[in-house]
Amino acid sequence: MFYDFLKYITFTFLIKPFIYLVFGVNVSGADNLPKINKGASIIVANHNSHFDTLILMCLFSGSQILKIHPVAAADYFCNTAIKKFIFTKLLGIIPLSRKVKKATEEELFKDINEPLRKGQTIIIYPEGTRGTDNTLSKFKSGVAHIARMNPDIPVVPCYINGPDRILPKGSFLWVPFIADVYISEPVYYDNTSTKDFTARIQSAVEKLKDEHKRREEL
Amino acid sequence: MEQFVFTHNVKIALVILYSFIFLLLAIVKIAQWTTKKDLDNIWIRIKSFLLICVFFTAAFCFNKIVAFLFLMLISYLCLKEFLSLIPTRKTDRKVLLWAYWSIPVSYYIVYIHWATLFYLFIPLYMFILISVRMVMSSNTEGFLKNLAVIQYGLMTTVYALGYLGMTAIIPMQYNPKGGAIGLLFYILILTVSNDFIQMFCGKALGKHKIIPKVSPNKTWEGFIGGVIGTTILSVVMAYFLTPFTLLQSIFAGAVLAVFGFFGDVTMSAIKRDMGVKDTSSLIPGHGGILDRLDSLLFTAPLFFHYFAYINTIVFTRG
Repeated sequence: MFYDFLKYITFTFLIKPFIYLVFGVNVSGADNLPKINKGASIIVANHNSHFDTLILMCLFSGSQILKIHPVAAADYFCNTAIKKFIFTKLLGIIPLSRKVKKATEEELFKDINEPLRKGQTIIIYPEGTRGTDNTLSKFKSGVAHIARMNPDIPVVPCYINGPDRILPKGSFLWVPFIADVYISEPVYYDNTSTKDFTARIQSAVEKLKDEHKRREEL
Repeated sequence: MEQFVFTHNVKIALVILYSFIFLLLAIVKIAQWTTKKDLDNIWIRIKSFLLICVFFTAAFCFNKIVAFLFLMLISYLCLKEFLSLIPTRKTDRKVLLWAYWSIPVSYYIVYIHWATLFYLFIPLYMFILISVRMVMSSNTEGFLKNLAVIQYGLMTTVYALGYLGMTAIIPMQYNPKGGAIGLLFYILILTVSNDFIQMFCGKALGKHKIIPKVSPNKTWEGFIGGVIGTTILSVVMAYFLTPFTLLQSIFAGAVLAVFGFFGDVTMSAIKRDMGVKDTSSLIPGHGGILDRLDSLLFTAPLFFHYFAYINTIVFTRG
């Protein structure tokens, strides 16, 4: 409860004013944004910058923010006590170990399935890591496995343009730019194969990317 | 803390402005009820305009520092929109940060009334500094193009808009009727109403397109209507808010109308070149802040120098 309050305060008075005033966000397809309070959803997006997560989270108003949890690599975000506090408590990330261990499927996905079944929303980047030069690398199949285990939860593909200019991988300097976020209609797991489903969400994100390109070449 | 002087005439002008906006809002609401037409778009536009007016008035009511921070914020938002619009090189990230830092420096120079340095800071010193920083990143591919684009961004969003600050520090003695606020009010309202009259005349009478390749909505009828309407408004406002004679106010109105138009279509041409419709979605119903201030980019510096030509203004620091 206390940490929820802290997360709410951090976002409302610190992160949101910062993101909207210093950077700025143009949203396209805002109607497709999932209604966080009505149930769980899985938000997938391309990943180029740490700011991707903050920009996506800032799209949601008020207390919705408390129900959003980005999935992030434990070895990167939780390697020191301070980082662990900031990222798990203030931003509410779900730390995920990148080391493969032998376990049953249910055990492997426990940390993600539990919040999803409690009605929480997760943000996940199927590329697995940040890309460079705004390229879209091949999606990994993790999201499809999560969707298969939770077939009634919508998967919302998003494309983010801009954060790669604000803070690209490997840089520490923040340069102000306006980010564009494109949100596509939700897709559901359709009992085909995880491979097909992964390809489906990848093509949805690529379609959004083309939409952005078309707008640039108008 | 130094504050701006709101003369009696300026206060009345503000009351008239706000009454006019509320009247417009009322008319739109009534029209929406009676004709059942969808006028939400116009409603949002007027509401956004009202909000902009409130922000402006509030910033200048407070004190000089708040007003200058507000102008800096506007320049910052404009420069950010401009730089987001254009493709930039990865190696230029530090150059862009230097460009952003020129905003506080430029406005500080205006704040301490150092007019001559302001005239030179962006066109000369930033011109040199941006080149120096860009050479240091040692990427020659697209060098000149990127250099020119960044300099253009600075000239429009920091230098040209900086003239709002310059207008705000014009000493009271040169304009006893309205003071600096009266001049700011005069130029802002004339520029905005010029856009409005041009759009209105263009929609009502427009047939002959001026530059269809750049801006298909701009017509000769709208343009001429804008010039006439703005000149009339200029004469009326100049009588209460400025020291201009009749002839001077006619000239000022015509110049603002013509160059307001050119500022507008120049930004349209840039947007068309970059393949976007609006610079951002910051102001509901209007697009980006740069879309709204595009006419001001040319009118603000021109008006200031016209006023300085008529009055031979002497600033404390020269």
